[in-house]
Amino acid sequence: MEIKETAVAGTLESSDIQIMVSEGTNGIAIDLQSDVEKQFGDQIRSVITETLNKLGVTDAKVKAVDKGALDCVVKARTIAAAQRATDTTDQPAWEVL
Amino acid sequence: MAENEERLRRTMMFVPGNNPAMVKDAGIYGADSIMFDLEDAVSMAEKDAARDLVYEALQTQDYADAELVVRVNGQDTTYYDNDVKAMVKAGIDVIRLPKAETADMVTKLDADVAAAEKEFGRKAGSTHIMAAIESAKGVLNAPAIAAASDRMIGVALSAEDYTTDMKTHRYPDGAELEFARNMVLHAARAAGIAAFDTVFTNMDDTEGFYRETRYIHQLGFDGKSLVNPRQIPMVNEVYEPTEKEILNAKNVINAIEEARIKGSGVISMNGQMVDRPVVLRAQRVMRLAKASNLVDEEGNYLEK
Amino acid sequence: MKNSVNRDLPDDLMKDLDYKPFETTEIGNPDIQRVAPSVHVSTGDNKLVDSIKQVVADTVKDGMTISFHHHFRNGDFVFNEVMREIIDAGIKNLTLAPSSLTGVMNDMVIEAIKAGTITNITSSGMRGSLGDFVSHGGLKNPVIFRSHGNRARSIEHGDIKIDVAFLGVPNADELGNANGMTGNAVFGSLGYALMDAQYANKVVLLTDNIVSYPNTPASIKQTQVDYVVKVDKVGDPDKIGSGATRFTKDPKELKIASTVNDVIVNSPYFKQGFSFQTGSGGAALAVTRYLRQAMLDNKITASFALGGITKPTTDLLKEGLVDKVMDVQDFDKGAAESMHSNPNQQEIDASWYADPDNKGAMVDQLDVAILSALEIDTKFNVNVMSGSDGVIRGAIGGHQDAGTAKLTIISAPLVRGRIATVVPDVTTVVTPGDSVDVLVTEYGIAINPKRKDLQASLSNLPGVPVFTIEELQQLAEKKVGTPKPLAFTDRTVALIEYRDGTIIDTIKEVKD
Repeated sequence: MEIKETAVAGTLESSDIQIMVSEGTNGIAIDLQSDVEKQFGDQIRSVITETLNKLGVTDAKVKAVDKGALDCVVKARTIAAAQRATDTTDQPAWEVL
Repeated sequence: MAENEERLRRTMMFVPGNNPAMVKDAGIYGADSIMFDLEDAVSMAEKDAARDLVYEALQTQDYADAELVVRVNGQDTTYYDNDVKAMVKAGIDVIRLPKAETADMVTKLDADVAAAEKEFGRKAGSTHIMAAIESAKGVLNAPAIAAASDRMIGVALSAEDYTTDMKTHRYPDGAELEFARNMVLHAARAAGIAAFDTVFTNMDDTEGFYRETRYIHQLGFDGKSLVNPRQIPMVNEVYEPTEKEILNAKNVINAIEEARIKGSGVISMNGQMVDRPVVLRAQRVMRLAKASNLVDEEGNYLEK
Repeated sequence: MKNSVNRDLPDDLMKDLDYKPFETTEIGNPDIQRVAPSVHVSTGDNKLVDSIKQVVADTVKDGMTISFHHHFRNGDFVFNEVMREIIDAGIKNLTLAPSSLTGVMNDMVIEAIKAGTITNITSSGMRGSLGDFVSHGGLKNPVIFRSHGNRARSIEHGDIKIDVAFLGVPNADELGNANGMTGNAVFGSLGYALMDAQYANKVVLLTDNIVSYPNTPASIKQTQVDYVVKVDKVGDPDKIGSGATRFTKDPKELKIASTVNDVIVNSPYFKQGFSFQTGSGGAALAVTRYLRQAMLDNKITASFALGGITKPTTDLLKEGLVDKVMDVQDFDKGAAESMHSNPNQQEIDASWYADPDNKGAMVDQLDVAILSALEIDTKFNVNVMSGSDGVIRGAIGGHQDAGTAKLTIISAPLVRGRIATVVPDVTTVVTPGDSVDVLVTEYGIAINPKRKDLQASLSNLPGVPVFTIEELQQLAEKKVGTPKPLAFTDRTVALIEYRDGTIIDTIKEVKD
């Protein structure tokens, strides 16, 4: 899927993660801020990358601000941000959910 | 009528669908039913994100024995179709339709759910539905709504919209809801499904909450919709059977067992025949007693 | 070498500092020798001075040990004013031995370390930028963390030999009679500072409120004091109160608090004349409220409440549900004021409170203690000192001491955000699992298998599922995932003493 515009999903509340997806040229480039970077940084990045790849997004810049989100939240916010960025919000990606 | 009619439904706790902290922790409070809300608790701009969040949470989080319910957006919105599809795919127990006014709306939901079950390979009929009655028209059509689908497990009264529709507002004594409560309750009982009372939002008025809960318990409601987990132990307390009720129920259960062992079709206790309503009530009391930890595995009363 | 909680201790440091590894929570009945301070004799006529600079010049020399108390918590002005003069005087190689370090002191401590003014620290804890600084190797010598009871023990033993104690007080007369109860910046009990007043070679009081002689009631006495310094303001009364003083509305905290109450009420210790310690923070206050109702319902009163005191506890005193409050520190203004007005609220020093090498401390008589945890492991060992990132961000406080209660309950959420509280091994052992009896989480409780008696009385409570601690650990890990192990260097930045002065664990420099 092609990224048409920069889009954000998620909040800065506790247990959430805010994910901003924008156009990129060189694979999935993630800039992650997290209080649990040491323990879960790699895991969060891998969930974001895997989810984007499944959505067919191969090139994107991602800025993520994590407030202690579980994997299921990271995945949900990535899907929401990517669908917004690709302007496909009204056609949920059933195969990725 | 849906299966598992025996389930206790004292407490249906509302959880805002776009709040990860609350969605994540919804299972720890011991609610009989957890209702994830995609409708009023979620702003227009976040409908998609809330749907994604609830979907992913349902795939991964453990909500123990709670019945899982999602309130989808209304049939007059553009979100309704995707909400229903996503939640059926997620394997939700119950879809709650807001603003139900006619039996046709329930029939449409039933058909949409059936189509989604087929599309996503869910077992046909595995997704239950319920309807929230929120208007004068809905109240008057309640009997038809309640009986409109085999998937139906319950009807709920939503008093905020209803009182607005009735050109009134909520009063402490609840007189303005008297007709609606009785209509919804009778509709539910006639259709053999559950009846849920409306929410009580003033968390500082504990006494008012207890008064209202005792009242709807007396009327015969299965339980209440709740806005805060702190209300769960209060409702459960009101629904707790007394020691006398439990001992009596235990006697009835023993009599049933005795009749079963004897192979007798007639249940008798103290020389008198026990009829079906007594049996049903005894079974319900024992379920409540078990849920309140008032009896052991064998149904013996535990001293507090 | 390894100690009895299986922690690897650095042989060289243990040898250099003459430490023994932790073995047991049992103190036994040894005969010990206490020390006494030196006394510069005077009639007390010329104690009052108005220059911190002059007092520092007269008293503090290179290599000395200086102390402060932390009763003003984040409202403290005294620490920074005194340390400013000490740094500016160019004094070096001091050991800083306060009862604890609060956030408002952090920047000054870091500056003093960088200037070479402070080269050693012993404290109950540290947080924020200072904890970060030390965890990243900012201080050459390891910090020594001691519980409040252990600090009292160490002072009495001479392990901490205080040369000069700088003690802020909200009132004092010209000879140094002082208490914590009247004035502008009141904090109630002087419990921790009483040790310094009794054992330091030089005692300097600082106050913004000189009252007429003789000042009573005198918690600190003129016989102990060398100088009384008049300053503009000792503290900010609005910042002295610590943590939440309002009843929490967080349903998760309430659920935990109500379960803690269920555990207490159904334990064998909940009977007429029982005693308890709750601590501060929203959940602890909620426990106190549930406990109040349970005491009313069961017509039971407590003989005493102990430790850091909050208003909900002094309200129980007022209501007659608690006979005595034994008060080593007050967490809010209400508790501090109650101390002034209620003769049944007894000020106790840290030794009386919790010193293990004693002829009986209050904690030895304690029935129920409710304590918190940053982490607790499957051996029931508790960490209240280092965060899940390995960085120092806590304080022992009275944790190890109150852990000797007959029923020690750890009250903590199973997970905080994405961080599990119940873990296979805590990052830092502070209180050994042998002290801990029950863990209460929002999902249910775990009972230390060593307490078979409690297994029996607590296993069938309505709405309180009982798990093994391993089950709770697995549940937590299932929720948050498996964290990547933390990376540390070989360098020891802090030693954790057990309350008997043995080493229970160390903290290593974090590797970023």
